[in-house]
Amino acid sequence: MAEFLSLHDAVARYVEDGATVAMEGFTHLIPFAAGHEVIRQGKRGLTLIRMTPDIVYDQMIGAGCARKVIFSWGGNPGVGSLHRLRDAVEKGWPHKVEILEHSHAAMACAFEAGAAGLPLAVLRGYVGSELPSVNDQIKFIECPFTGERLAAVPSVRPDVSIVHAQKADRAGNVLVEGIIGVQKEAVLAAKKSIVTVEEIVDDLTAQADYHPNACIIPGWAITAIAVAENGAYPSYAHGYYPRSNRFYKEWDTIARDRDTFTAWLDEHIYNAGGQS
Amino acid sequence: MSLEYTSAEMMTVTAARALENGMTCFVGIGLPSEAANLARLTHAPDVVLIYESGTLQTKPDVLPLSIGDGELCESALTTVSVPEMFRYWLQGGKVDVGFLGTAQIDRYCNLNTTLIGDYQSPKVRLPGGGGAPEIATNAGEVFITLKHSKRTFVKDVDFVTTLGFGRDGKGRDGVPNIGQGPTRVITDLCVMKPDPETKELVVVSLHPNVSREDVIEATGWEIRFADTLETTPEPNARELDVLRELKARTERKHSGE
Repeated sequence: MAEFLSLHDAVARYVEDGATVAMEGFTHLIPFAAGHEVIRQGKRGLTLIRMTPDIVYDQMIGAGCARKVIFSWGGNPGVGSLHRLRDAVEKGWPHKVEILEHSHAAMACAFEAGAAGLPLAVLRGYVGSELPSVNDQIKFIECPFTGERLAAVPSVRPDVSIVHAQKADRAGNVLVEGIIGVQKEAVLAAKKSIVTVEEIVDDLTAQADYHPNACIIPGWAITAIAVAENGAYPSYAHGYYPRSNRFYKEWDTIARDRDTFTAWLDEHIYNAGGQS
Repeated sequence: MSLEYTSAEMMTVTAARALENGMTCFVGIGLPSEAANLARLTHAPDVVLIYESGTLQTKPDVLPLSIGDGELCESALTTVSVPEMFRYWLQGGKVDVGFLGTAQIDRYCNLNTTLIGDYQSPKVRLPGGGGAPEIATNAGEVFITLKHSKRTFVKDVDFVTTLGFGRDGKGRDGVPNIGQGPTRVITDLCVMKPDPETKELVVVSLHPNVSREDVIEATGWEIRFADTLETTPEPNARELDVLRELKARTERKHSGE
C-alpha cells in the first residue's frame, strides 16, 4: 500500500546518492517538481534513465546530480538542443557525464521487460544502425524457433522510478490519462516508486468519469505518493494545464550559458523552497 | 496562370502529395508532420496519422510543436502506451509509410541524427535516434523530407543512426521482415529516388525554375539525374490556402502559450 509522504520526504527517503533513477513521462506529465526536489537535496552520482531527457534532466545534469544518462532522444522538443546535457558530454561541465544511447523502440521494450520481470527485451531493431558500435548494451541474438537475428537490450530495472499523474485516491490508486508513455512500466519495473499527483480524491472508481479500462496503477504497486500541484510544469497535465511552449523556448537561452543557468538554478530551485 | 509560392511551400506540397488516401503513416515531427497534415486536409482525408507518443489516428487542428503535444492526444481515435505503439503498431507491420526528417543524409539514404564529427569527441552533438531506427526498418516504406544543402546532403554520413541502404547500398539485402526502406526523398529543389539496382539516390524530378546546377551545387557528392527528368507539378491554389491557414493557425496557437 502506497504511503502518502511530502515530496521532500519521499525524495529524501527513496532517492539515494548513486542510485539508478527513471523519471518518466513522454513529453506529457514530466515529473518536474520531483526533479527540482532531487536538485535541492543535492543528490549526486545518479544514473538517470529517460527516453527523452527533456528539460528536467538538462536541469539535473547541469546541477551536478548525474553520473550517467541513458536515453533515446536528447533534444529540447520543438526547440533544439539540451545545452546542459551537451556541455556535460562535450566539455565535462560541471563534471563528465557518461551517456548510453538507444532508440525509442528499444527503450520502450526495455521498460516493458522490466515491468515483466525479464532480464532482457527482444525486438526487431537496430538493423543497419551504428548505435550498437557505441553502446555495448545492444546485442543480437538468434531466434531459437526461426533463426531470425533480433536485437536484445537489458531490461530497465531502476532502484527508483518517479512519475507524475493526475489523481490518486485515498487508497493510493493512481489514474494516468492522456499520453501515458511508459509510466506504468516505469513504476512496475522499479524496486521503489514515487508518484506525484495533481490532487487526491476520495475514490477513483466513484468518480463520474471513471472508465473500467482507465490506466490505473493500484496503490499496492506503488511505494510513495506525494501531492505536487502543477508538478509537471512546464510540461503539461492533460485535463489540468497546457504545456508552456514559451518556457521550453526560453530554456534555450537560459541553458545556453553556464552563468545564466546557475543564476536560474539559484533563483528558481535553491532559493525557491519547494513544497513540503 | 502561375501562382506565387516559396520553395519551402513547394517542398511541403510535394511531400504531402506523396501520401495516398487511406495510407497509414508514422509521422516524424517538423516537416514530415506539416506535409502529412496537409495531405490529410487536402487530397487524403482518410490518411491515418500515427505519432510515436502513442496517438493513433490523430487529426490535429494545429501542428504540434513537440511529439507529445496535448492536441495530438485530444484529436486522436485512441492513445496507447509507447511500448504498444512501437511493438504492436510499428513492429507488428501495421504501418505503410514512415515519414522522416533528418540532420544528415548520404547517397545511400542513410540518416544521421546522432552527431557531426567523431563519436568520442563530437563537433556537434545532435539529439539521437528517437523512433527513426525502427520506423525506417519496420514501416512498409519510408519517405524523407528535408531542405537541400551541402551540409545535409553528404557523400557518407558521419554516423548511421538510421538505415537507408547501408554504407555500400546492400544493407537490406537478405534481411528478413524488413521494409523497402526509403522510396523517395523530397527537398525544396527536387525529388530523388534510389536507383533500383545500386540504391544510390537519383534525381527524378526538378521543381519548377530549379536547374541541374542548383541541385549539383547543393549536394555533397556527384549527384546523378534520371534519363527522363521530370518537372514537379506546381502547388495548386487550394493546397497553398490550406497550408498557409494551417501554419497561421499553428503560429497563433503557439505564440499564445
